[in-house]
Amino acid sequence: MFLISVSAAHLLRLYERFQFLDKDNRGHLRPEDFEAVLELSENPIGDRIVEAFFKPGQETVDFPSFVRVLAHFRPTEKNRNRDKGQPDPANSRTRKLKFAFRLYDRDRDGKISRAELLQVLREMLGMQVTEEQLQSIAERAIQEADLDKDGAISFDEFRKVGPLELGSAFILLTVRHLNDEVSSLSYWRSG
Amino acid sequence: MELFFNPFDNLLCILLGISFTVWFTLLLVFIIVPAIFGVSFGIRRLYMKTLLKIFEWATLRIERGAKEKNHHLYKPYSNAIIAKEPTSLEEEIKEIRRSGSNKDLDSASEFEMSDIFYFARRGVESIMDDEVTKRFSAEELESWNLLTRSNYNFHYISLRLTVLWGLGLLIRYGILLPLRVTLAFTGVGLLVFLTSLIGLLPNGRMKNLLSEKVHLMCYRICVRALTAIITYHDSENKPKNGGICVANHTSPIDVIILASDGCYAMVGQIHGGLMGVIQRSMVKACPHIWFERSEVKDRHLVAKRLSDHVQDKSKLPILIFPEGTCINNTSVMMFKKGSFDIGATVYPVAIKYDPRFGDAFWNSSKFGMVNYLLRMMSSWAIVCSVWYLPPMSREGGEDAVQFANRVKAAIARKGGLVDLLWDGGLKREKVKDTFKEEQQKLYSKMLVGTQEDRSRS
Repeated sequence: MFLISVSAAHLLRLYERFQFLDKDNRGHLRPEDFEAVLELSENPIGDRIVEAFFKPGQETVDFPSFVRVLAHFRPTEKNRNRDKGQPDPANSRTRKLKFAFRLYDRDRDGKISRAELLQVLREMLGMQVTEEQLQSIAERAIQEADLDKDGAISFDEFRKVGPLELGSAFILLTVRHLNDEVSSLSYWRSG
Repeated sequence: MELFFNPFDNLLCILLGISFTVWFTLLLVFIIVPAIFGVSFGIRRLYMKTLLKIFEWATLRIERGAKEKNHHLYKPYSNAIIAKEPTSLEEEIKEIRRSGSNKDLDSASEFEMSDIFYFARRGVESIMDDEVTKRFSAEELESWNLLTRSNYNFHYISLRLTVLWGLGLLIRYGILLPLRVTLAFTGVGLLVFLTSLIGLLPNGRMKNLLSEKVHLMCYRICVRALTAIITYHDSENKPKNGGICVANHTSPIDVIILASDGCYAMVGQIHGGLMGVIQRSMVKACPHIWFERSEVKDRHLVAKRLSDHVQDKSKLPILIFPEGTCINNTSVMMFKKGSFDIGATVYPVAIKYDPRFGDAFWNSSKFGMVNYLLRMMSSWAIVCSVWYLPPMSREGGEDAVQFANRVKAAIARKGGLVDLLWDGGLKREKVKDTFKEEQQKLYSKMLVGTQEDRSRS
């Protein structure tokens, strides 16, 4: 669990968006519902991103989980109080890196294998590069990152080569707790 | 029992009779007669000004109510969720890498594990809010126009506002709607009846003249049936015979709006039912171009009929909506090139609706036609502006697609709409893989491009 900081107004906007995607009014989204986002089909790793919303084995995502994933992309606070007791906020560097790591590590075994890396590269580059070029790019990347030389990249190794600040594009303001907002939201919507 | 009811019965009948007569006289004098002659009393403009004042007041009350409760108002435009400036793929990936721990700029164009974050971010951005899908949903309003359809801050409304809203509801459904429905039936009925009558006349100047007058009159009645307040700009550029008029498409009402100011030959598929009856009688009075469903697929046949019509200078200009579907009036989507291939002069027209009075956009996946018309007739009014742009022709060296884009850009600029590259048909079909390929091309150019340079040196 992690903290999410979203203003009520933005939360409402996200809820509208969620409802827009939830065409059959089920109260949750399935992978097919994301096909309504036309720009997502233009994204080379569109399928992976959709997958990221769903917990392993689950085929639906409800609104709180939807927002949790999106909250990863908030700007990281520079001088956060690192409270030992409090969980990491969703937009900490670690959480963001973990999100990116999971995009690569599809089988969730905790390591990015050469095969997984090749798959991602193939998706991002399509038919624009040859097989050899792909292999050499993957080889170089693994050599650089793989410190314990086991042929795969673990999360700690991934952290070391990851950037310090993953640039963010969203601005979500102020602090409120997610659960209260969501429950009050669904109340006045149905009324 | 019977004796008790009789006198009231009579009284009731008399009252009903009187009110009907009064009703119809008012209708005739204030609406139908001006429609026939094309003059206006200015009642609708006065109505519009009054409404605007009331809306302003209502919005202020909501804002005040929200401030009292110390909440944030949901303002669709000012609470932007995504703040980004459009940059290129290369720029953004470099920026992600630059913030990295130990990178020297030399290896800037080699693959980095963090590159995936660029695509992930873009993907999530589009899930949150994408430009294209937004175009297909009704435009969100800043101020409230007393229709609950377009309000999201509903629970900040005070008692006074609720009363006002209730009053508005009564007026709209109790007075305006029946009035408009009556007018609509009158207009359509007259159109069918009179055009069939004119169809009996022999072809000639008299017939064309009468047909023009009849069409204009009936469309004007329909315009009043919707309480449409239209401002026409640059009427000197109105389409002439032998040309093609193209306009952006927001709703089926566009046809009525344009046809009440000029005579056009309509193009479309023959429908069954009431629509079909109207179409068939219209074509008796003057030549419109109706296609059977089977003929619509045959592009050559369509093109041939259009160009035949256009070459006959005695026939009216053709009215076409090249987007092929209804867009929500904040942007203009890709024009289908068919009508630009024929070689006739194109008269572009921009139509922009004022969303403060009622949302004219027809979301065909959400509402059927009848539902849509009822919604239109129970809104306050439909206010729009029409700009006639100067005629354009295909220039040497330009192909149909480029010409279509040029016209589209002109229309978008004039109407204050955003010029988008996306095909309007996309809201129904899946995206073609070409867009994905473009992204891949850009990225691979960044990575592999430099490898080629290296192998050369």
